[in-house]
Amino acid sequence: MNIPVQPIIARRSPGPDGEKIITLAALAVGGQGGGVLTDWIVAVAEANGYRAQSTSVAGVAQRTGATIYYVEMCRDTGRMPVFALSPAIGDVDILMASELMEGGRAIMRGFVTPGRTTMIASTHRIPAVAEKIAPGDGRANGPEVIEAMGIAADKVVAFDMETVAKDAGSVISSSLLGALAGSGALPFPRESYEEVIRKSGRGVEASLKAFRDACDIAEGKTAVPVLPPEPVKPAPNLVVPDKLKKKWAKLEARIAALPTPAQEMAMLGLQKVVDYQDVKYGAQYLDMVEQVAALDAEPYDMTSNAAKYCARALCYDDLIRVADIKTRATRMDRVKGEVAVQDGQVLMLTEYFHPRFEEFATTLPRPIGRWVQSRKGFEAWYGRNLDKGRRIRTDSIRGFLMLWTVSSLRPMRRRLLRHRSEMDHVDAWFAKVLETAKTDRALAAELLANYRLIKGYSDTHARGLSKFARVMEALDMLKGRDDAADWMRRLRTAALDDVKGEKLDGALATVRSFAG
Amino acid sequence: MAERSFAKEVQKLKKGDGETFTGEGILAITKALLENGVGYVGGYQGSPISHLMDVLADAQEILGELGVHFEASASEATATAMLAASVHYPTRGAVTYKSVVGTNVASDALSNLASGGVTGGSIIIVGEDYGEGSSIMQERTYAFAMKSQVWMLDPRPNLPTIVKTVGDAFELSEASNTPVMLQVGIRSCHVHGSFTASDNKRPELTVSDALENPKRKLDRIVLPPATYIHEQEKLTKRRPAAEEFILERGINERFGTPASKIGLVITGGSYNTVIRALNRLDLADIYGDTQIDILCLNCVYPLVDSQILDFCEGKDAVLVVEEGFPNYIEQQISHVLYKAGKSIKLEGKGKLPMGGEYTGQVMVDGLAEFLQDHAPGLLPVTKVATNEEPVAIPDLTDTLPARPPGFCTGCPERPIFAATKLVEEELGEHHISSDIGCHLFSIMPPFDLGATTMGYGLGPASASAFRNEKKGGRRSISFVGDGGFWHNGLTSSIGNAVFNKSDNVIIIVDNYYSAATGGQDILSSRATNKTKETQHSIVDAVKGMGVKWVRHIDRTYDVTKMRDTLTEALTTPEEGPKVIVASSECMLNKQRRVKPEMAKAVKDGKRVVKPRFGVDEDVCTGDHACMRLSGCPSLSVKDTGDPLRDDPVASIDQTCVGCGNCGEVADAAVLCPSFYQAEVVSNPTEREKRSASRSQRLMGWLQSRRDAKRIVYA
Repeated sequence: MNIPVQPIIARRSPGPDGEKIITLAALAVGGQGGGVLTDWIVAVAEANGYRAQSTSVAGVAQRTGATIYYVEMCRDTGRMPVFALSPAIGDVDILMASELMEGGRAIMRGFVTPGRTTMIASTHRIPAVAEKIAPGDGRANGPEVIEAMGIAADKVVAFDMETVAKDAGSVISSSLLGALAGSGALPFPRESYEEVIRKSGRGVEASLKAFRDACDIAEGKTAVPVLPPEPVKPAPNLVVPDKLKKKWAKLEARIAALPTPAQEMAMLGLQKVVDYQDVKYGAQYLDMVEQVAALDAEPYDMTSNAAKYCARALCYDDLIRVADIKTRATRMDRVKGEVAVQDGQVLMLTEYFHPRFEEFATTLPRPIGRWVQSRKGFEAWYGRNLDKGRRIRTDSIRGFLMLWTVSSLRPMRRRLLRHRSEMDHVDAWFAKVLETAKTDRALAAELLANYRLIKGYSDTHARGLSKFARVMEALDMLKGRDDAADWMRRLRTAALDDVKGEKLDGALATVRSFAG
Repeated sequence: MAERSFAKEVQKLKKGDGETFTGEGILAITKALLENGVGYVGGYQGSPISHLMDVLADAQEILGELGVHFEASASEATATAMLAASVHYPTRGAVTYKSVVGTNVASDALSNLASGGVTGGSIIIVGEDYGEGSSIMQERTYAFAMKSQVWMLDPRPNLPTIVKTVGDAFELSEASNTPVMLQVGIRSCHVHGSFTASDNKRPELTVSDALENPKRKLDRIVLPPATYIHEQEKLTKRRPAAEEFILERGINERFGTPASKIGLVITGGSYNTVIRALNRLDLADIYGDTQIDILCLNCVYPLVDSQILDFCEGKDAVLVVEEGFPNYIEQQISHVLYKAGKSIKLEGKGKLPMGGEYTGQVMVDGLAEFLQDHAPGLLPVTKVATNEEPVAIPDLTDTLPARPPGFCTGCPERPIFAATKLVEEELGEHHISSDIGCHLFSIMPPFDLGATTMGYGLGPASASAFRNEKKGGRRSISFVGDGGFWHNGLTSSIGNAVFNKSDNVIIIVDNYYSAATGGQDILSSRATNKTKETQHSIVDAVKGMGVKWVRHIDRTYDVTKMRDTLTEALTTPEEGPKVIVASSECMLNKQRRVKPEMAKAVKDGKRVVKPRFGVDEDVCTGDHACMRLSGCPSLSVKDTGDPLRDDPVASIDQTCVGCGNCGEVADAAVLCPSFYQAEVVSNPTEREKRSASRSQRLMGWLQSRRDAKRIVYA
């Protein structure tokens, strides 16, 4: 749906000497320093012989909510103009947004007018709570907003100003000011902005650097920085000890025999599975992928999905896995980098664990685990005495050794109770996949992707399993239909969308209504 | 200690004759009070007038020199009652609060004050928050002015006018023996501008002088028969005196061209928006010169009939621009015109919307419609006809996520609501009464807790009807903050619950400050305050009111304990109200206090531990259960860059203050082991360093031994 915009007829008229009021609105997320930005803009205007006025709506809006700052300015001719106190629809010359969705909000509120408004927006995201709490990926569609900017604004200056600021060791108000200066929307020389920053006193050098970098980008002197998505984690390295090189080479050879489109994913999957358990486990993984590939054809989507989700299914999250990850050298290095530990500083690292009876019992060898599970008295005793949160200091020998010991159960994993239940589950799922693949490859590909629903630990994991089961239930209803794959995908999306599963209930009811 | 330090603003209060004062509207009012020889100031903080209180609190020295008494009143009722000092004495006084909520609280005192009238000039500065993002309901303070017969000023929103109005208000009050309300909108309070300052004046009679020379006049006391005489006096003496003052002093301003056949009667606060709209319609220049006749009411109550009639004389039509409903001004004007037998066309609501804020576009539309109907010749053709093609802008309504305000990073109130959610998962949903304060954000996602909010300190009171006939049945849970507790909650909520043998659960959220209004100190604040008496225990107060079942949690971040305590409160067979006092310092204020201290300690070579949380992204499965129990701004989602994974994982950014909520919630809710707490020790002890390097060597050996036997991909 498109919103038709009323013809713009109410335009400001200039003063007798041709002096014009310039209006500037800044939409920010509370806590981003919008006040500093507006103070700077007012100071720049005044330094250039303009009269200026700023207003803001503070109060609870500061607490992480969306907030608006507003500035008006006019060349000083000796009289005080009557400045408005808030932005009006269709009457904003410059719109600054310190976050992508706030830029979108400005458009929806009518503050961005075709043929008039210069839009200066940072394209980084600060996800709102609503986006963060979806069990799947609830994040808003960024490209759609960027596209709308291009339509709504007269001129657009949009790039990731948060990163430009961070790289300079500053905050976004500096880079926003730089983008404003570089946009040329205000008739003030760049030097006057720099002078105002210099006079502001705190963190001047960093602010100036962020200002200049952003200004250069806005002026087109330097390219917009191309940012890899979250460059925090270095790409993993594969290290194969000499003893295992031969066996590894055999596995690699099997990858080469898979359909080309699935090879990359299969390689990633193989590495993950071997890292998770051992070479033999890698072979088991490839067995699965090959069985699917044998039933597949161009464009080999089903095989790619098998490569991805079989790896996921085999690498279930158990205590051994967690202990293994938490005691790796690479992990220690990563944490140190993340929290910026400097020379001469010491890092103390506390892990939060809460193993319940279920985790304890399933990490035991199968017969013992079963026996323990059957003793209700023991479970109650565990609940009373052991079922509580544990803080483990992995920077201390004691804590590290505790996790190390758990992680060294890895070679025994196949004999543990949890492995059996996981593999029963995987086998049942995979059998259905293979059976379906014979008649409906697209549907089989969707069945593979359903494994995405299983995630988390304890209750979350249980909830995931139940969602998975309910989505898979629909298989019998959908089998043989042309749109089976499509519906299977919709069911999965519904399941990922909400916590309580109400959307899934609705989707299942729909399926039942036509296929039941 | 307020959230912001006003040391700089305090210096501005010292400015003398001829100097330029630059700052926010609310600070200009503060300065104007001193320039007008105010003898005492009181009030209750709240947006948008908090800064007035905060600046004065930081300006005790200047106030002392001038002999001005300042008090942070316990409530708006207290503040208004404080103006009693101006009843018998010629001392000027001013109080301030947010309206309309504050005015509601104050109204008992306001009625009594208005009845006896005042000798010294008395102003009530009411901050109004009327537009989008307002945290309160939109009722008109105007009704209070009318029913109590107190006057109301609404100055044009620029600093020189606002400052002049403060002086006018004192004089009007004295000339008519009536308290005067000075109404300022949120945008006027926060508008930055400048004015030429005057010297500060000592009060004519300080409150100390008054105490030394006590006076009483029986006819000023609200007691029959004086009460009945007061009502007469209001109408026969005070109101005429006020009208005379308004006319003589030209409080209301006339702009534009008097000969114009159409006119606008506008409130002072709306002046700038009206001029901008006229400018956009080509009927005014940017300085406000216009061909239309405007009567700008800087005094909105009382209206002077003769002035209205005079303005309307010879006009075809008049539009009243008056925000809010009911349209009291329009009604009064129509009454005046009708009684005078005038046939002039009066417009107001209808051309302009009944309710809501009169924003720029609303004003343009309303004025254009009025002009088209009554003076079509005035509107330039270019404004009503256009060849411009409308541009279709994509609708982003479904894309844009809502961004309501929420708890700050590290907020100690978050774990209280996480615990409440966990309790509800176990015991089912409960009726929850909320209160005013930051804790009200629990109503928003991810917590979605709370059904009503009835007023400051009234959370538990608003659950008082809920008495379960079933023994052992479900109880209600209600919240009240420490600010609300001392403002009104101790008696209206706690005392009431004890007296009426309530069986419900009350949680008092104690964050050491009146946090939502900017972090002002209150009775139970833990900091020492030079001019205030603090560190009074809420627990003792609650016990003093007679509550038997009281639990104190002195670290709200202990989610497990919080959850278990709430469960106990909801299930204990003990009768009477169950009160949990949950205390931890407001993180915003704590950081402001602690950060510089820590930086200094590191510099001085002292051992400093700085905590932060992190997420092991390989362990995180991207279910986001943690965020459904948190909503912390520093806990967000990010892509892993791993093609094997579909969903973004949890991630904690640099702004994390290491409050511990993430770990505690993961523990209490048995979420997942992906959270870790990293504590970076600056200036560690030698022993610590040795031990760390020893551990590292051993770990390194173990790690390489393990890696030699397996394929590693990490």
